Amino acid sequence: MKRLSVPILLFILLSILMGLSYFEIIDLYIQTIILFMGINIITSTSLNLVNGNMGEFSCGHAGFIAVGAYVSSVLSVALFTKSRVFGAPILPPELAAYGFPFVLICGGIASALTGLLIAIPSFRTRDDYLAIITIAANYIIITAIINIDKIGGARGFMGMKRVIFAMEKCAEIPWMIFWVFLFTVLTVLIIRRYMTSTYGKGVEAIRQDEIAAEIMGVNTNRIKLVTFMISSGLAGIAGGLYAHTIGYINPKSFDLLKSTEALVMVYLGGMGSITGSILSAVIFTLMLELLRPLQIIKWVAIPLLLIIIMQFRPEGIMGHRELSDVFPRLKKFYKFK
Amino acid sequence: MPLLEVDNLTQLFSGLCAVSELKLCLEERELVGLIGPNGAGKTTVFNIISGFYQATQGEIRFQGRNLAGLKPHQISALGITRTFQNIRLWKEMSVLDNILVAQHYHLGYGLGGLFFRTPRYLKREKDIRIRAFELLEIFKIDQFAEEKPTNLPYGMQRKVEIVRALSSGPKLLLLDEPAAGLQATDVNELITLIRWVFDQFDLSIWMIEHQMKVVMSLCSQISVIDFGSLIASGTPEEIQQNQEVIKAYLGDEQL
Repeated sequence: MKRLSVPILLFILLSILMGLSYFEIIDLYIQTIILFMGINIITSTSLNLVNGNMGEFSCGHAGFIAVGAYVSSVLSVALFTKSRVFGAPILPPELAAYGFPFVLICGGIASALTGLLIAIPSFRTRDDYLAIITIAANYIIITAIINIDKIGGARGFMGMKRVIFAMEKCAEIPWMIFWVFLFTVLTVLIIRRYMTSTYGKGVEAIRQDEIAAEIMGVNTNRIKLVTFMISSGLAGIAGGLYAHTIGYINPKSFDLLKSTEALVMVYLGGMGSITGSILSAVIFTLMLELLRPLQIIKWVAIPLLLIIIMQFRPEGIMGHRELSDVFPRLKKFYKFK
Repeated sequence: MPLLEVDNLTQLFSGLCAVSELKLCLEERELVGLIGPNGAGKTTVFNIISGFYQATQGEIRFQGRNLAGLKPHQISALGITRTFQNIRLWKEMSVLDNILVAQHYHLGYGLGGLFFRTPRYLKREKDIRIRAFELLEIFKIDQFAEEKPTNLPYGMQRKVEIVRALSSGPKLLLLDEPAAGLQATDVNELITLIRWVFDQFDLSIWMIEHQMKVVMSLCSQISVIDFGSLIASGTPEEIQQNQEVIKAYLGDEQL
């Protein structure tokens, strides 16, 4: 029972979401908000791994999201649809539904490799320097994309909606809800498994006392690289899902503002808390939508809220605790790792 | 072959000579001490051995193997661990986790095993957990396994740090001022503890200590350094009589 409670709950939740979307009880707008929640959960939990658990300060998360978004979009458009840029589909479009997860994972791997490229020089430094390097990396990635004309440059890249249509030919279900849900759960599971293993606890040791960690036999450089790659790889998957949800991507949507959003979610939720990052991603997504009528004033209200939170609860909503730490009794009913 | 050989070790910090042409030797199953006045370069020697500094000159050989160029975690994997003058436990982790993480090098599973929870991964995690609990039990601190180290009294934190150092199964344990900041009663306990560790585990212990009571009652051999160079070595009795040592600690009689 303890082992099955979380999978059962997740399955019920997925069925409800799929059912509501399939019978159009919730409209496309609400569906999109739900999709964004999932994508934001991946974004915030993955950034939390580096900023919260490892104690580094990475500010360029959107750069990795961009790499994942572009790589998976280009791949899926080229493989499964007829487009002006890439011509006829390379694979039969009927395979779109099966090929999509692989395309997403390719985007994730591309992001992880980008993360590796950035991590190798930057981990010789720490703290502020890593922040500066990651901001620079974010800009380099965006500028690189703008200058590749083949994938649209500054005009952006589109055609991902046709991939979704191709999937719907296979089965008429709300595919994106399914994929976002699946990858959100997988992301949280991966991070949870990583951080509960003794290997992953080395990450915590690095944050608390890096020198002691190295001297006690923890290969700190290697762990930092692996953790950064996991974080950026998952961000790439978030990017792929984002691109296919919107159906259109543009380098400008992955600039520092997007990175800041990810940071806000991590700090709002609490450093190092997976539960906190999930909660804050949901709250933040809702907040963005509820404050939409304020238009431009939205970007006054949200930072103001952040200032208030930092004043009165600087450790964030959860503050380095998980759900099972807040409600120890719940441990009896679920197990998730 | 000696366990550890320090040969002509010199360490310069931008001109300042912290350790100069130090020559020392440590056999297997030895409990020895390193003493000297404040700023004599004792901790620097330990820092070089554990790989935290790269020596300017000279060599350190551990079981015949040159340690030059090795990273601290590689040196730890060879079997040298240490404690710190100011306790450096990971403060926000439980005592148990502290001891688990110190076995990091001996995990024996890869990332694939970790994410897919392979039987090998589960077995290894279980093994190191069992080992950690065994250690906690023989040191009688298993009731604090889930406690954060900062909630424990200072003397207990010292003990946890020693257990953490022992968890990776070292052949040489470096203790950097284990009695620093302890009360008189705790010091006696510490002496018994170190003696007991030396008898129970198959290792050598090299300790830096300021409290003469600890060094004199535990160590079979003592080396004394002042201004980075060796001024005397011998048994506790010899050291107590040595004029050079008395001069280094108390100053020249003639003045």
